[in-house]
Amino acid sequence: MATQQVSTRIDALPRTILHRPFFWIIALAIAAFVVAPTIGNDVQLRESLLLAAVYIILASNLNVMIGYAGYVNFGSIVFFGLGGYLCVWLVGRPGFPLAVAALAGGVVVSALALVFGFGVLRLRGAYFALATIGVNEGVQAFVMNFSPWGGAAGMYLSTELFAPLGGPRQALWTIYYLLVAVMGLSLYLSYGIKVSKFGLGLLAIGQNEDAAAVLGVPTRLYKALAYSATAFLPAIAGGLYYFKSAFIQPSDAFDLTFSTEAIAIVMLGGQGTIAGPAIGAFFYEELRGWLLTSDTFSHFQLVVAGALLLIIVLFLPRGLIGTAHARWPDLRRIIE
Amino acid sequence: MTALLEIDGLGKSFGGLRAIDRLSFVVHEREILGLIGPNGAGKSTLFNLINGVFAPDQGSVRFGGVDITGAPPHRIAKYGIARAHQIVQPLEAMTVLENCTVGACFGSRNLSRRQAEAAAYEAATFVGLDDRLAIPAAHLNIAGKKRLELARALAAQARLLLLDEVLAGLNPTEVEYMIGVIRRIRERGIAILMIEHLMQAIMSLSNRVIVLNSGQKLAEGLPAEVANDPQVIEAYLGDPELARQLHGGS
Repeated sequence: MATQQVSTRIDALPRTILHRPFFWIIALAIAAFVVAPTIGNDVQLRESLLLAAVYIILASNLNVMIGYAGYVNFGSIVFFGLGGYLCVWLVGRPGFPLAVAALAGGVVVSALALVFGFGVLRLRGAYFALATIGVNEGVQAFVMNFSPWGGAAGMYLSTELFAPLGGPRQALWTIYYLLVAVMGLSLYLSYGIKVSKFGLGLLAIGQNEDAAAVLGVPTRLYKALAYSATAFLPAIAGGLYYFKSAFIQPSDAFDLTFSTEAIAIVMLGGQGTIAGPAIGAFFYEELRGWLLTSDTFSHFQLVVAGALLLIIVLFLPRGLIGTAHARWPDLRRIIE
Repeated sequence: MTALLEIDGLGKSFGGLRAIDRLSFVVHEREILGLIGPNGAGKSTLFNLINGVFAPDQGSVRFGGVDITGAPPHRIAKYGIARAHQIVQPLEAMTVLENCTVGACFGSRNLSRRQAEAAAYEAATFVGLDDRLAIPAAHLNIAGKKRLELARALAAQARLLLLDEVLAGLNPTEVEYMIGVIRRIRERGIAILMIEHLMQAIMSLSNRVIVLNSGQKLAEGLPAEVANDPQVIEAYLGDPELARQLHGGS
């Protein structure tokens, strides 16, 4: 009897993404991102949502490393920063169109991550985390001393470069929509990896790497591929983000604060879940915005992030979504 | 009988200790070869050499006529060798079915995830875990985890299973059940190389037995022959009285 029940439950799992309620929840959320700021042309809301989208992109991709493969990448911001540099430079000097420059940044950063990944991912646990900080610091040191990219002073873009996007005002909207699209792709990547054979291998690595290898998972290849795949979209996002700022400098682009915040977001939302990092990022960005503008907390914003991380690790190790899943198992079928 | 696994002059040292010392033997198709020996004889090290966790210092391992010496564990799994660990290694947060799906997905056949799920379901059912498919592996008791080790190895559709003390720590009823499962695995045409301390089990299951001592082969033969070998009694069983019990006091 019990057998029957379990097997029918497995068979009843929705077959395609369109049959999953979760897909429609995500689609609605993205639609909200697209529509909400256009109501009353709310630029302030757009800027806040743009930051939320960036955090969601960073956290979703980071989650594939942390939540699936079990590798805490402390220096994930290097993808965002380097993507930003490549894009700003390609737009500014050779005069590439934004889309081409951002995409090229993604491809180059992803390829570099693959090469670095094979080396760095020989390390495990704290040693891996330290090495990823080292990668970030190394790249920052390189950029600081690389005069074609302006060294420590950074690079500026002329506002004339916004002209092909319909002038500065229109360009900001276009970039916002592009970032929302990259956010959607990040969530889809998170989902696509999770339900794939590749994702199953990563989850196995995250649980017990040695056992996974004995079961036939090509652990080194998979880890490097995950590291590389999760570099791609953050690098594109970095390109769009720094094109929008029209300015990039090493101390911002490779700021470990962002990396740490991204980790806090993944933990807050629930590592290994698809919705967790997104929900975590959204709440975190709203909280951060409120703290930054409040008189009392504006200087303590990072203290709050640190305290939040501490509280999550101690009391909600599975994060918001993970805890909810544990309490209401049926929720897994709605919010994944 | 054709040879499936051929071990030739295999050697491995850790510092000054010769864990495996010029060891040669063969596992035939469709047989259960028992591997016994005192603690520290090198049994688990031998498994680690066969499935690529360690690379041997000398000698060779051939499987189905192909030289697989020193290949990494994931390649060995692709060749068709699966292993059940002595210390169970469940993927704890993943369900029983997911654990078996990993075995099926990355085992000897290149299956898609959906095909692998079907193979995993079949393997889990084979070892009697079909009533616990959806629970996390961490929630299984030790007997369940031992069965899961076996199910994962089976799901991989291997031609050779390396079973490392899968009966250890089980109560007599569970041992009975597992022995039945192992017999049914052999009936499927899968060869088994098994390490076991439970003498009754190894004597009744094995077609042949190899005795390992200090990394060397001490004896090889039919279970009864080995159990009567004075050298084996001396080195491993220690006690002639125990040896007599093993073949039913005859």
